[in-house]
Amino acid sequence: MNSGGVGKRLTIAPYTLWMSVFVVVPIALVIYYAFTDGHGRLTLENMKSIADYGKTFFMSIKLALFSTAICLLAAYPVAYGISRFEARRQQTTIMLVMLPMWMNFLIRTYAWMTILEGNGLINRLVRAFGGEGFSIINTNGAVVLGMVYNFLPYMILPIYTVLTKIDKSTIEAAQDLGANKASIFRRVLLPMSVPGIISGITMVFVPAVSTFVISKLLGGGKTFLIGDIIENYFLGNTGSVDYNIGAALSLVLMALILISTTVMNHFDKDMGEGGGGIVG
Amino acid sequence: MKFLSRLYTFLVFGFLYAPIAVMVVYSFNSEKSRTNFGTFSLRWYIELFSDSVILKSLYISLVVAVLSALIATVIGTFAAVGIDGMKGAMKKAYLTVNNIPVVNPDIVTAISMMVLFVFFITRINGLNMGFGTLLIAHITFNIPYVILSVLPKLRGMDSNIYHAALDLGCPPTKSFIKVVIPEILPGIITGFIMAFTLSLDDFVISYFNSGSTAQTLPVTIYSMTKRPYSPKINALSTLLFISVMLLLVVVNARQSAGEKRGSDKRKGVR
Repeated sequence: MNSGGVGKRLTIAPYTLWMSVFVVVPIALVIYYAFTDGHGRLTLENMKSIADYGKTFFMSIKLALFSTAICLLAAYPVAYGISRFEARRQQTTIMLVMLPMWMNFLIRTYAWMTILEGNGLINRLVRAFGGEGFSIINTNGAVVLGMVYNFLPYMILPIYTVLTKIDKSTIEAAQDLGANKASIFRRVLLPMSVPGIISGITMVFVPAVSTFVISKLLGGGKTFLIGDIIENYFLGNTGSVDYNIGAALSLVLMALILISTTVMNHFDKDMGEGGGGIVG
Repeated sequence: MKFLSRLYTFLVFGFLYAPIAVMVVYSFNSEKSRTNFGTFSLRWYIELFSDSVILKSLYISLVVAVLSALIATVIGTFAAVGIDGMKGAMKKAYLTVNNIPVVNPDIVTAISMMVLFVFFITRINGLNMGFGTLLIAHITFNIPYVILSVLPKLRGMDSNIYHAALDLGCPPTKSFIKVVIPEILPGIITGFIMAFTLSLDDFVISYFNSGSTAQTLPVTIYSMTKRPYSPKINALSTLLFISVMLLLVVVNARQSAGEKRGSDKRKGVR
């Protein structure tokens, strides 16, 4: 639709103003803070001090990648199973996948806190059967569990969506041409579900790598992720607040996300073309 | 094989729902314990409804969600019309900026706005972080989603209808209201609902931009998790879960009713 002319420029003016002031200027300010010191003098010290947080970055990426991989492996069979259900049942099951997503993630994480803690349900069950209690909460494992639990639906949904779009006759054609189950999966289903897998990975990895809540609630202050450090620099105790280093860390986090999503989208394009070639 | 796949799906759903089930059960616990279950009691529900901090933050959450969704829908819809009419580099630039809050992690969006507010507002005497900054932050992350749901509708619309209205002597503003708006209305409604739910569900951006005077429900829940255990959170979660479930069931029922009506109509034509 093209409404053209002066009207067009007028209708977009509030938006242009709003986005400039509240999106573009703040990003510019973050860059400004990242490269200045407390007195507004230009400096590279903040960027240099990021090196101190190499371990934290590594840990955040490691846990997020781990969670993303578990989500992908757990979600694919579920998404596939649901896509084979009859229509009415598909609708109900997908609603059941979405229902926990609509609960606030703080509540979902808090629920696990109750279950995992030292005297929590799991340990009580273990002890009831004569086992030794063990600690799950306040470990990296608990943080990964929290991430998987919170973000699993975000992996199931996009994969399910691409799988339902695959024409059944494509699979039948592969069967007629003598493909067995494994090669149908490898050469037809998997290449055709790449777009869903890619958006699932992005939807799990981005919130997982930047979280500070899950690590705070389930890591009990032992697992520091990059989100925790940033949060501490902006909202911590008066002594620990430092917008300049916080801004520098945020800038690096932003770049990290940008690079990984660009790589993923690139991958999507390559694989998508390849998949098309195989199917065509 | 089929049995195994069913079993697996069942287990995953067990994983998704077990923690929620635990919360629901313990919300009816007469004791203040995470493990021992005394007797069935509504004690925590009664305490929940006499907790003024929770009730106030629920009220703030709802007000911010309604206001920010409304304002974002108006700004976003008009902007989408403008963006749709653009071409080339200009359009690309607009879409890129629009995507910044969508692609960025919440915490980066949150601190970038916080830096802006601190940089300008705290320099003006008597101004503080509060309801105003909270509302601005929510509008800002809502607008892109409204645009993303209105743009496809505009793209799919035949611009000739609008030009026909103009040719027939209808003034541009009236043609826009009478012709364009009804065509893209489903996109506008989707955008509004999306903005509303995103705003209601948001924690990270509110946490950094609300100050201490205007806390939303998620921010209050977060501060409750840091204090000694209170089953009030369980009671609150149970109520939220039931509301979400009812909402989804209603939406789903309406959808399938709509589909049924649609297919009946098609049958009638045949």
